[in-house]
Amino acid sequence: MRGESVVVVGAGQAGCQVAVSLREQGHRGPITLIGDEQAAPYQRPPLTKAYLAGETDLAGLVLRQDSYYEDHGIKLVRGERVIGVDRQARVAVLGCARTISYDHLVFATGARPRPLPIPGAEHVLNLRTVADADAIRQRLDGQIGLDVVVIGGGFIGLEFAAVVRKLRHEVTVVEAQPQVMQRAVSAETAQHLVSRHRSEGVQILTGTGVAAVREGLVELADGTVLVADLVVAGIGVIPNTEVAQRAGLTVDNGIVVDAHLGTVDPRVYAVGDCARFASTHAGGLIRLESVQNATDQGTTVAAAIMGSAEPYTALPWFWSDQYDVKLQTAGLTNGHDRTVTVGDPAEGRFSVFCFKNDRLIGIEAYNRPIDFLMGRRILEGGNSLTPEIVAQPGFDLRASQQRAA
Amino acid sequence: MPKITYVAHDGVETVVDVAQDDTVMRGAVLNGIKGIVAQCGGGASCGTCHVYVDPENTKPLSQMHQVEDELLYFTACERKENSRLSCQIPVTEEQDGLVVHMPEKQL
Repeated sequence: MRGESVVVVGAGQAGCQVAVSLREQGHRGPITLIGDEQAAPYQRPPLTKAYLAGETDLAGLVLRQDSYYEDHGIKLVRGERVIGVDRQARVAVLGCARTISYDHLVFATGARPRPLPIPGAEHVLNLRTVADADAIRQRLDGQIGLDVVVIGGGFIGLEFAAVVRKLRHEVTVVEAQPQVMQRAVSAETAQHLVSRHRSEGVQILTGTGVAAVREGLVELADGTVLVADLVVAGIGVIPNTEVAQRAGLTVDNGIVVDAHLGTVDPRVYAVGDCARFASTHAGGLIRLESVQNATDQGTTVAAAIMGSAEPYTALPWFWSDQYDVKLQTAGLTNGHDRTVTVGDPAEGRFSVFCFKNDRLIGIEAYNRPIDFLMGRRILEGGNSLTPEIVAQPGFDLRASQQRAA
Repeated sequence: MPKITYVAHDGVETVVDVAQDDTVMRGAVLNGIKGIVAQCGGGASCGTCHVYVDPENTKPLSQMHQVEDELLYFTACERKENSRLSCQIPVTEEQDGLVVHMPEKQL
């Protein structure tokens, strides 16, 4: 399908990947990549890590340097938002009223922080964009010993807490659920992370909601009042689906797409945080918010535009860095009914194998990168590991696969 | 800026200016050099930015940490004595002129 024009709505990790992959796969037509931030497309994971710690700047975050887009004929439109898509006329409408026509359009609109539904939410900062991180850095800058309250004990909240603690502030994490990272990891892994945070001097409160935020204070649902110089929330995101919805596409907690990431309109696709797709790994419709999902879906859609009929089947994987802990998960461990822990939890190097109906569905590797990489291969290839095999004394994933091979 | 030379598997050389304190991996990715995938963007999580440091190299390189060492056993192409993950090699003036060879594939 050479010569056709592609418009990518959203210039985050997924949108950028669509443009890059199209050129790598030989697409010759015009590509327009439209983002509402002023910065060139950049990586978000370092925002809660090296960028927040001041160890890198925006130049260290960008996905490609500015000249790349020009050299590869990718028209990068920055600081502009697409406000409408007319699927009959096949045009995207920008906020400035300019229109761009397309043969294929990809929604890569991402997600935005879920607002806190409590009084005083205006005192709370989010951490999603480089502008958000800059605002937080400004509040922390040059000081130590500030009281920082983090609302939400997910990946974002805990990574943020770890960095802010290293910057020598007093940190309290408030999580409404009984367990941190409840959606993402097993109770075993969560417990080790909590212990690690506590040993660093971070206070973690679970099973406690936040009732209100006032200037300098956070009031919890149980009546506790925390002093707070800075309050940051990480309580999940809402997919940006409004434009797709107005364009008449199916939206249900994400833009609903088929196995090829296409919508009901054969010229329109969705990728990344905003796309809800049928996952062979989850056995149903899911949305994933991860670098892996953004890049692999971006590549898949580029191939689809080029005429490929390959469905999206990539194995989900994640990682999180907190202090010197590298947590890596392969597969989706959500919904497991049994776990087997391998390695040495006391030494801070172990893996949690998660099973559902005696089938391995995911591995959480805590400072065990070999288990993570082996685990990805095993889960990609279909696997026959049972809880009984993994629970044998001295079980070693690598050795077990060499024997099996 | 320090110059790094990337030699593709087919022998094609590309010389790139890499900003101080960026990594050998980012020098390739930022400029769209094929042959380094870097799925995880530099988190030492995926093993897809494997390079072979030029055998004649005399430039000082960062020390290899345990995570990198373990990941190198899982690269798509054979690990050799001069194998490194390019996301774990920061670039300063000391590495100006470094030559790395890219393996046939990363995935």
